[in-house]
Amino acid sequence: MSQLLVEERNIVVPGEALAEGMDYLPGENTYRTDQKIYSKVLGLLSTSARVIKITPLAGPYLPKPGDKIIGRVTDILLSGWRMDTATAYSAVLNVRDATTRFIRKEEDLRKTLDIGDYVTVIITNVTSQNLIDVTMKEPGLQKITGGRIIRINAHKVPRVIGKKASMITLIKEKTGCSITVGQNGLVWIKGTPDGEFRAVEAIKVIESKSHEEGLTEKIEQFLQ
Amino acid sequence: MIINKETIAELAKDNKRLDNRSLTDFRQPIKIETDLSWTAEGSARVQIGSTVVMAGVKLSLEKPYNDTPDEGGIMVNAELTPLSSPEYEVGAPGIKAIEVSRVTDRGIREAKALDMKKLCIEPGEKAWFVTVDIVTINDDGNLFDASGLAVLAALKSARFPVVDPETGSIDYKHKTDVALPLTKEPLPVTVYKINGRLLIDPTQEEEKAYDARLTVASDTKGTISALQKGGDAPLTIAEISSMVELALEKARFLRSELNKFLAD
Repeated sequence: MSQLLVEERNIVVPGEALAEGMDYLPGENTYRTDQKIYSKVLGLLSTSARVIKITPLAGPYLPKPGDKIIGRVTDILLSGWRMDTATAYSAVLNVRDATTRFIRKEEDLRKTLDIGDYVTVIITNVTSQNLIDVTMKEPGLQKITGGRIIRINAHKVPRVIGKKASMITLIKEKTGCSITVGQNGLVWIKGTPDGEFRAVEAIKVIESKSHEEGLTEKIEQFLQ
Repeated sequence: MIINKETIAELAKDNKRLDNRSLTDFRQPIKIETDLSWTAEGSARVQIGSTVVMAGVKLSLEKPYNDTPDEGGIMVNAELTPLSSPEYEVGAPGIKAIEVSRVTDRGIREAKALDMKKLCIEPGEKAWFVTVDIVTINDDGNLFDASGLAVLAALKSARFPVVDPETGSIDYKHKTDVALPLTKEPLPVTVYKINGRLLIDPTQEEEKAYDARLTVASDTKGTISALQKGGDAPLTIAEISSMVELALEKARFLRSELNKFLAD
């Protein structure tokens, strides 16, 4: 007989047995040993049909292709830039992925991006050795100028964006700021000083109350 | 973050800050606790915003220095622990740790806050030596002011241990009611200059954006005991005057906060 050992939406810890029997399948952040399925992370349990998965509550951000992140240039290479991605691994932005402009063979790459510059990029590839390739050749990707950058827990990013970007649209409308949320937890906010401050406060509220119901209404009230 | 650095400088021009404080406001909450450690003769924990610093006072009997045979002594040490900021490493103290400890030390020493002669028990033979340790728990900027406040609170709360009259050995497990001979109460306040504006109590981000800073240690009467200038930018005489004035005003504020907590 197969049975679930933990109730839906309960918090589980690494190594905790989630289900017994072969009728359940291990999903994201879980593994099976013998007849039991265990959790790999600290998070919330959810099931869809027979698949058990865990939504992590904490821990590092793991890069995956297609994610938009905010990176910081840390080094200039022969034909590109090395970037800090606020993860355990650094990324490489190749010259041909950075700009459509023609760059001469011996041009100083610092004219395009210098050490310390922040850029919004999209991850194109992550190798098995966790070497990350990123590109800037998508609409909206740019070097960051002005405003401020804050860092939040990467696992709260989905709540900050909201369903169909509802939350982030709300904050943008109420504060008049332009906001770019990187999946790695870096958030770029640009607007008036007062608007920026209120946006930061709102994002901090979301981060601390991410598990609560009716968050969008609360934030709407907060920003009144 | 370089972006925030530029924004901080721009905002300062309009008398604004990233966290919407006024330029001359301390962060809240300010919390001071004393007598936290029973192994130290005096201890304090100070919180300003999210900066948290602990200070401990140890007393020991030593032979006085040859040039001051009738005086005790004071030593201040600071440790910027790796747990308080990703920038600090374990090992020998770096430039910043040395600066924090020496600026705090100078504020107390040059104010002659401790009556060194009263610390002497037997001239040339035996005197009390005060060792103050500063340990950072969390560094969100303004370690100078937080350390100064923590050290003063720890010195005020320190009590001498019991000394065996026959053997002369110290019983650290029992304390007397005798406090340190603290004649003055110096407090440092650091004024930062960013983009031509003067501000106090910077966050860690603001500390990366400053042009110059001046630490002013002053006692209850407003007498200045020590100054320390840092940063690459120069300061005009007029700027120094207004920095000192601001520092004295804010020292009065910190002192009232300290007295409020010690009264509780």
